[in-house]
Amino acid sequence: MSENDTPKVGADETASPPVQGAAGTKPPLSKERRLQARRRALRTFLLGAGVFGAALSGYLPVAYAQKKRLRPPGALDEKDFLASCIKCGQCVQVCPVQAIKLADLSDGFGVGVPHIDARDQACDFSCDAVQCILACPTGALTYKKPAYMSVRPGAKLANKPILLAKEHDPEPTLNLTERIGVARLTRPESCLAMQGKSFKGQARGPDFKGKLRYMSVDRWKPIKVADHPYDVELCDLCVQACPIKGAITLETVITADGRQRKTPVVHEPCVGCGVCEMICPTEPASIEVLPGEGWRGES
Amino acid sequence: MSAALKRRFVEQIKVMFGAEPQKPALIEERALKVHQLKRMTNKAELAAAKEAHRAREKNHKWRNWRWATLIFVNLLFVVSYHFDIQLLEGALTASRFAGFHLIDLNSALQVMLAHKHIITNLLIGTGTVLVLWILLGGRTFCSWVCPYHFLAEWAEKLHLFLVQKKIVTDTPIDRRWRTVSWVIFALLALVTGYTVYEAISPTGIVSRALIYSSGILAMLWVLALLVFEVFFMRRAWCRYACPIGLTYGVVGIISPLRVKYTLQGCFHEGDCRKVCLVPHVLDTVIKGRAVDTEVPIGPDCTRCGLCVDTCPTGSLKFDIKGLAKLM
Ligand code: SF4
Ligand code: SF4
Ligand code: SF4
Ligand code: SF4
Repeated sequence: MSENDTPKVGADETASPPVQGAAGTKPPLSKERRLQARRRALRTFLLGAGVFGAALSGYLPVAYAQKKRLRPPGALDEKDFLASCIKCGQCVQVCPVQAIKLADLSDGFGVGVPHIDARDQACDFSCDAVQCILACPTGALTYKKPAYMSVRPGAKLANKPILLAKEHDPEPTLNLTERIGVARLTRPESCLAMQGKSFKGQARGPDFKGKLRYMSVDRWKPIKVADHPYDVELCDLCVQACPIKGAITLETVITADGRQRKTPVVHEPCVGCGVCEMICPTEPASIEVLPGEGWRGES
Repeated sequence: MSAALKRRFVEQIKVMFGAEPQKPALIEERALKVHQLKRMTNKAELAAAKEAHRAREKNHKWRNWRWATLIFVNLLFVVSYHFDIQLLEGALTASRFAGFHLIDLNSALQVMLAHKHIITNLLIGTGTVLVLWILLGGRTFCSWVCPYHFLAEWAEKLHLFLVQKKIVTDTPIDRRWRTVSWVIFALLALVTGYTVYEAISPTGIVSRALIYSSGILAMLWVLALLVFEVFFMRRAWCRYACPIGLTYGVVGIISPLRVKYTLQGCFHEGDCRKVCLVPHVLDTVIKGRAVDTEVPIGPDCTRCGLCVDTCPTGSLKFDIKGLAKLM
């Protein structure tokens, strides 16, 4: 001990000799113990800062979210959604076409939060009843938003959307009051219809894994898009595939150079499911769904 | 409950929040007598008896049951999803068992703090889970269900092996940090309106990775935690950081199921303290510390049963409060 006791570095601590056995106070710690305690406090602080930093790094991508994501149907507005989703994936489990995916670190908007990548696999309402909403335990997905919660401008649907697959059922509508996005012809120049072109073959090639419910094939069971080749005079795949009545039609337009062209036009009933984006055969898709957008009138 | 046990009960709660276990200020008369008697016993005799007990084969009964349960529960999630048998849907943060909502208390708390609004399903799910873990014993979740615990247990074995080989040293930190971290995560949820903790919760990450094979990158964070535990700090996450553990620990305060210590046959050799994830709850086995002849182990205990398996004299046993009286 004598060697350790010679003051070398921690001179400040040994400046005044510790008062021995002052009444009511604990006996002073040995220098060794004091150093140990100090090192431990430092470690505690460092580890604490580390965990804290890691936690914040989990928040940063949310704070700086660059890209909006398509959420499952019935999702609350983004901020409320992120706050209330418990990241259980029960919505993932019930989806018959596995449209919903949980986010990873690199997706940059909260680990474990569900989203839909429409180009890979859109929600085509194969479940008939928007089951993901039913499965959600926290109300992050909901049929009916509580009155005090904000509604994005243009998110409200004028009427409950009619699901084409259920059109002749006694209850043909979908229990949805707000859209999750809006489809828009973002690349009109590449749209085959705009160019007056036909389409023949598999919409997304032979390797595409996405599924879609084709009523002409089976009202209940979705099949692979690759197993359902098309042959049309003028491309209208997005119009054919749209599961919502009156959401999209092919219209005649006069282009700037005065020629008549056909073009897909999105209407108010569009819920933003993304089926049109998934099916569009051009690469990249000519029509896309804009996540979280509201209805701003036809353009 | 004797006066000394009542005091100890309160002290154990403080210990759970990070206080260091103290020498008891009050010890029951009958326990004092036992302590006295032990001092008078022939030292050589005691040593011989210790040796004889320790030589007994290693007992892994509870550990095996526990691992089996943990694997079964987590597999049930995986199987339910992949074969669509709809028995246990969801993940550990929230699930549905045969239609019943089950919601992890800590996750629910985070969501409520972030969202500042509670819906009925959330309340029902939390209620079911609360009742379940009150009955099963709060932190039982940690050792019998949490998939990170399972990985960390293996990392711990590796760590102890390396320590024994003098390749690494264990560097413990201040246990109060866990309480601080709980408060920080609660505040973060409240202020940011986002469940910040869930982004780094290894429990949720591992559970989702198992079930949905999603969040593979997030598993790197879990791996980093495990590596840290192997090389620097024994069971760092569970001991010093995890808010889930503390939340369930609080539930454990009122749980009737716990481990009970019997002073009589104990040799105070401390094998139990060596295997325990939360050795501060076993301070009572230190010579002269037991405040009564029978002392229940504190709420921070994960009821893993490692000490029960290890104790050569059977001085630690699972126990249900009040059951002895009923029978
Ligand atoms: S079911 Fe609800 S809480 Fe669970 S992951 Fe989906 S949106 Fe989130
Ligand atoms: S137009 Fe596109 S996004 Fe809108 S409902 Fe139809 S398929 Fe879905
Ligand atoms: S599917 Fe694509 S290319 Fe075809 S009409 Fe629709 S937007 Fe144009
Ligand atoms: S302390 Fe946390 S990580 Fe450790 S076992 Fe408990 S819940 Fe799991």
